[in-house]
Amino acid sequence: MALVDSLTSALERIPGGGIILTSMDALADWSRGQSLWAMPMGTACCAMELIAASFSKFDFDRLGTFPRPDPRHTDVMIIAGTITKKMQPAVRRLYDQMAEPKYVIAMGNCAVSGGIFYYDTYSVVRGADAFMPVDVYISGCPPRPEALQDGVLQLRELIRTRSLTDAPTYERDLTQPGLDAARAGSTDAETLIGDVPERPASGAGESL
Amino acid sequence: MTARSGESSLEYLQRKLCSVYPDLCPLFSIEFADGVLMVPRSVLHKAAEDLKEIGFERFGFVTAVDHGDDFELVYRLQSGTFGVGLFLKTEVPRCEAVMESLTDLWPAAGWQEREVYDMFGIEFRDHPDLRRILLPEDWVGYPLRKDYKDDSVIPRPDYI
Amino acid sequence: MPVEVESKRPVIDELGREVDELVVNIGPSHPSTHGVCRIIAHLDGEIVVKAEPVIGYLHRGIEKMAENRTYLQVVPLTDRLDYVGSMYANWAYCRAVERLADIRVPERAEYIRVIVCELQRIASHMMGVGASGADTGAATVFIYAFEVRERIVELFEELCGARLTYNYVRPGGVSADLPDGWIERCREVVRWAPDRLLELDRLFFGNYIAAERMKGIGVLSQSDAIAWGASGPTARASGVTFDIRKNDPYSVYPRIDFRVPVGENGDCFDRGRVKVLEAIESCRIVDQALEQIQPGPVAAEGLPRLLRPRAGDAYDHIESARGSLGVYLVSDGSPRPFRMHVRSPAFCNLQLLGLLARGHTVSDLVVILGSLDPVFGEVDR
Ligand code: SF4
Repeated sequence: MALVDSLTSALERIPGGGIILTSMDALADWSRGQSLWAMPMGTACCAMELIAASFSKFDFDRLGTFPRPDPRHTDVMIIAGTITKKMQPAVRRLYDQMAEPKYVIAMGNCAVSGGIFYYDTYSVVRGADAFMPVDVYISGCPPRPEALQDGVLQLRELIRTRSLTDAPTYERDLTQPGLDAARAGSTDAETLIGDVPERPASGAGESL
Repeated sequence: MTARSGESSLEYLQRKLCSVYPDLCPLFSIEFADGVLMVPRSVLHKAAEDLKEIGFERFGFVTAVDHGDDFELVYRLQSGTFGVGLFLKTEVPRCEAVMESLTDLWPAAGWQEREVYDMFGIEFRDHPDLRRILLPEDWVGYPLRKDYKDDSVIPRPDYI
Repeated sequence: MPVEVESKRPVIDELGREVDELVVNIGPSHPSTHGVCRIIAHLDGEIVVKAEPVIGYLHRGIEKMAENRTYLQVVPLTDRLDYVGSMYANWAYCRAVERLADIRVPERAEYIRVIVCELQRIASHMMGVGASGADTGAATVFIYAFEVRERIVELFEELCGARLTYNYVRPGGVSADLPDGWIERCREVVRWAPDRLLELDRLFFGNYIAAERMKGIGVLSQSDAIAWGASGPTARASGVTFDIRKNDPYSVYPRIDFRVPVGENGDCFDRGRVKVLEAIESCRIVDQALEQIQPGPVAAEGLPRLLRPRAGDAYDHIESARGSLGVYLVSDGSPRPFRMHVRSPAFCNLQLLGLLARGHTVSDLVVILGSLDPVFGEVDR
């Protein structure tokens, strides 16, 4: 997306460029949203529903979402299942290998918050957003395949509302304490605001 | 020797065990409709060998229970000949948690002993490859011990 | 997927030749590992010299969690063990609790348990066979298999409201009676399924390409199967006639007439075929159980909300889709288990991978892993 990124910053500066930018925006959103190839990160039980969703009865393909277990080919990572401390580096690494723009769907309570494995266990990471940005959360243990499909539609909606000039979420600095504090039950609004992604410095075109 | 009529397979096993290995006989008991053989640590390997000889050809599982000062090691052996399973138990002191490996009798014990090592820190002598199996290699502590402490664990509120 | 080369150094093989050994890491997230398994394969060209499975990527500490929950609260955790066949772990756990607390289960509940577990066996084997199909490049098989699985999952959903994590079998019985008309719908499914399964059998195992791909691959001898603690279809494909339903009969299985399919060669082909034949047998079992089931209570009466079994330990096992699944429980008289251990068949079967893969090519390694049908929730617990 190097071209798009450099073009947007150029267009913003010229008079009337905003109009071109909006139509480009719509085009980019449309093309990004209609065929979200999915990287199935099926680690546990939810993976069964992920498989079920892509077979005949639910037929994921009709939404343009197609499981493709290769980070280089995919746009959205669907984290389906519990993430353990041993698995966490692998998940993060595969996420880092995905090409931009990339999105993450956390499917199932385990990937959202730890779910049934929140208490008492020593080896589970409580939620995928502890170590990577998540765009859509789908609750359920496991969520039904329809819920997953709804999640994809929600993601499409989310992409539609995002402008090309917005910073992609992956730029968020995950070392900030915001998320952990929020999860620990802090109601401090400051910490939450600290979490909002900021536009990266110039030359944001992190190209492939 | 065959089972007498009206005799359950466990009783038959007890009779057979007593006639072949009289020294094991007093250690045998029947609890919850399961045969239990409680042996001292030093003779466990020998007892397992004897049991394999008389027809316990399958290794069910091995696990440990943390009783504070010592661990109880529980082996489960299955027999096709008798059609029953049997617990083979022994106590291992916490301060010297070492046991002989049974991998030479049943290769099936390999991964299970690694698991016990991983979870309880009981070492198995002569095990071909004793490493952590489920947890990462650099993990500190043995989680299934009752005194395991980990700051990242959130204890569940006690509302039963 | 990330396949990394770790080292490339000359090694000497058994014949004294200098060969290049290549260490390839497969997984832990790889489409053909059926979950989160990592395999470190030492290769000589295409040939696997040594394959070492690395597990634990889904170790969730269920055994530890059980120590801080009451006996009833552990049941949902057992669902998450073998997530392709949740009913089995439910049942194995409940049997151990019932043995410990001396609970008598009403007959209707036993029949319902047999029915749901045999349906589960079909559903679970369909996942296993379908995945084997996908591994060998026959993706159509997966779609055929999934059709049967979906019909069964729908039945379960009607029964307990969940498609995957059922929490249906409880200590003392089952959580709810069969809904109206369920028996008829179930009968319809199990009378329809055998034809589908035979079609699947012809489509996959009658196919020349699949047979060539799987025959003679990963041969497990009978003595190895016993020594390495294999159970279930993996052992039976090697000619071991061990099935807990027959050899240590439990529940109402003695009243039901069924056969246990046994293979001859112990290769991937037999391991897959045994599963399909077993699923067909399961249809027969369910059909008979549906005939025999009588009205009555579905849960033991007078059971306290908070079970406090006497101190002691108990073990019970059942024949799950993957082999003998057992639960070992230690009670200290309090309302919580002192210790729970799950003897998981998938764990024991997966141990065989290194033994079976030696000398085969990398593509066969994948087929062998698929034929062992591991479910990592149960392997890692
Ligand atoms: S959310 Fe539930 S079904 Fe999904 S992985 Fe977690 S425990 Fe399994």
